[in-house]
Amino acid sequence: MPTTDEIYEKVRETLVDALGVDDDEVTHAATLIGDLGAESIDFLDIVFRLEKTFGIKIPRGELFPENLASADPSFASDGMVTQQGIAELRKQLPYAGFDRLIQDPKVENIQDLFTVQMIVNFVEAKLANAT
Amino acid sequence: MRWFWIDCFIEFESGKYAKAVKNVTLAEDYLHDHFPGFPVMPGSLMLEGMAQTGGILLGEKNDFRHNVILAKVPKISFHSWTYPGDTIVYTATLLESRDEGGSVKCMAHVGNRLIAEAEIMFVHLKSSSPHFEKIDQKNFVFSTNLLSILDTGRAGDGSMANDK
Repeated sequence: MPTTDEIYEKVRETLVDALGVDDDEVTHAATLIGDLGAESIDFLDIVFRLEKTFGIKIPRGELFPENLASADPSFASDGMVTQQGIAELRKQLPYAGFDRLIQDPKVENIQDLFTVQMIVNFVEAKLANAT
Repeated sequence: MRWFWIDCFIEFESGKYAKAVKNVTLAEDYLHDHFPGFPVMPGSLMLEGMAQTGGILLGEKNDFRHNVILAKVPKISFHSWTYPGDTIVYTATLLESRDEGGSVKCMAHVGNRLIAEAEIMFVHLKSSSPHFEKIDQKNFVFSTNLLSILDTGRAGDGSMANDK
């Protein structure tokens, strides 16, 4: 089982290949869409590469769930994510960090939950379950 | 001009790899503009040939049940020119194939000379998707009778029409 740092290094290489970004742009806290410029098709590319790099299987929607915000009208009100919405997002994205979203729960900030660290956490849990 | 950027398949192993050829000829209009006095096959059209080879390889694996759409080219490099009279051989190898889409690695050779290599990603788009109508038909691998390439050189009864 690789260490967290080893996983991070491989995730970094994966993102450099998939998104055409420079090494130093990929930090733990970098957001995939905002900081690294990922578009929807890139998420599938990232999933392909992670599967190959780590020898894991990632079923559709497990790492990057689709239609996060539109699931239920009670999850957002006046452009802000509600408590209920945050609870639902935590369920769907158990590896994401929620501090920033809780401080500023604008609906458009939901996409910032997709960070490099979230992928590292996901892969680490996936590898731990596999062994 | 028709949107066919390969002429026929010369090898095809379902779910693994496919080889297609493209004969470059001065009869093709674009070569006279690209470039005047120096006709060479445009890289973008070689990419299209690679995508048609790889897209049909991916589509065939699923019996052409999906709309296969060129979505992303994570890597491409060009190493050499291609001139009228050249026969380009595109070799596509299937890297990934799953419900959402797939990817291929594709090389272009003229004889032993490596012309270009690319990695190409495709997505499967459902006909019911709201994005379906918005997409330029040229992005669809199987529209415009493209699949007739699979029949090149065959007689009406499916047998090979010549000694290919």
